Amino acid sequence: MKKIISSVLYSLVFLSASAQEVLLKSLDDSIPETVKITGAFKSTRVINAHSVEMLAKHNLDFRIMHRFGFISDGIKQLYGLDAASFRMSFDYGITDNFTLGIGRSTFRKELDLFVKGRVLQQSTGQKNIPVSIVAAAGTMVWTEQSFAAIKPDFSDRSAYYFQLLLGRKFSNRFSFQLSPIVVHSNMPVNVTEDKTIFALGGGGRFKISKRTAITFDYHHPFGKLDSIYTSPLSIGFDIETGGHVFQLQFSNATGMNERAYITQTTGKFFNGDIRFGFNLSRIFKVGKHR
Amino acid sequence: MKFLTGGILLLLSFINTEAQQKLFTKTGIAVFFSKAPIENIEAKNNKLFSVWDVSSGQIEFSILMKGFAFDKALMQEHFNENYVESDKYPKAFFKGVMENPKNISLDKDGTYLVKVIGMLTLHGITRQITVPAKIEVKNKIISASTTFTLQLAEYKIKIPRIVSDNISKSILINILVPSFQPLTPH
Repeated sequence: MKKIISSVLYSLVFLSASAQEVLLKSLDDSIPETVKITGAFKSTRVINAHSVEMLAKHNLDFRIMHRFGFISDGIKQLYGLDAASFRMSFDYGITDNFTLGIGRSTFRKELDLFVKGRVLQQSTGQKNIPVSIVAAAGTMVWTEQSFAAIKPDFSDRSAYYFQLLLGRKFSNRFSFQLSPIVVHSNMPVNVTEDKTIFALGGGGRFKISKRTAITFDYHHPFGKLDSIYTSPLSIGFDIETGGHVFQLQFSNATGMNERAYITQTTGKFFNGDIRFGFNLSRIFKVGKHR
Repeated sequence: MKFLTGGILLLLSFINTEAQQKLFTKTGIAVFFSKAPIENIEAKNNKLFSVWDVSSGQIEFSILMKGFAFDKALMQEHFNENYVESDKYPKAFFKGVMENPKNISLDKDGTYLVKVIGMLTLHGITRQITVPAKIEVKNKIISASTTFTLQLAEYKIKIPRIVSDNISKSILINILVPSFQPLTPH
């Protein structure tokens, strides 16, 4: 009898305990949260191209980008390190979904301006959105002195671009994005070139540890460009340390804005025309607290 | 014998009705603080779920790690990506029991200091913790709070040396349930 009683007691205690677990579970499941997928890329740029990542509201991203000469130039040029091209930029998150940026490159003293907006953010849960969609549009102008007989006016020196970014964080480790872009130059370097160039591109990231990742970035321009121009390909290594992201890369492109890297890349990557370069991104919190 | 069995059954049914007195919340608040030489970090999550079986003293908590809001968005990203790995371990749980639950009377105003012993699961690691909690009944509003410290290393959350002056190895946690509601089974 004692056995029966104790077994009844046990089973009842067990029942009430399991009932409670079910209760917390049902409470848990009663709100199917929509969880936004974040951190597809470590930075707002894969290497050269915009990434589907956005700056958070009131965050200022100060970026310093360097591209050196070809490594194949050898020891006399310290493997390209003697020739440096530079772009400095300030990007600011006006909202979590809208960024404004301004940059200046040493190459042709080019000034560039862009806006970038997130249309859709990848999420799971109640709202299941498989991809993030971001659009970027920008303009740039050469400000170097011209020694041509007829000096190009402001409009002649300007170019515009519109880029669409479709990206997905497939897993914690792997993210990929497509980045089709249209670049329009009012007056291309060579008169035989198309003013409007369409390029299809892609970029990806493979995380090798929590704070390091291998990245790549490629664009294939369609349209008539001078035969010296090639498709920009970059392979990089991201290192994140707190508020900084260091992006080290090997690329055939010198240009660090959309007109420059899409339409004016000269090196042939697989012939050894590779440059070392790095991006340094430092994020500051500016403005009011959230 | 029959009498005994009947008595036990009666007793059990009594326990069972008493066990119906369950309280819950979906709006508990969890805040954590890290005090380090370079910076202090604070994050808050106001969607803490809890169910409390008053008579047995059993209490459970559950929280979504991605729900912690930081002042700096980058910190929030790093918290989820690098430290607690929210994609892999989306929630933290606590399952515990209060000491001397019978001493608590929720029908009248009063303050109770109780000890809660249970298992905390965080970052995939489950460890036993004992925390002091305060339960307050005031104008029929039942609230509860606790403050305790966690060692990150015990939950295999590693702080790289480069940010060791930015993030403390021990984290102070405040839990507050402003008001428990009666749980009606549906």
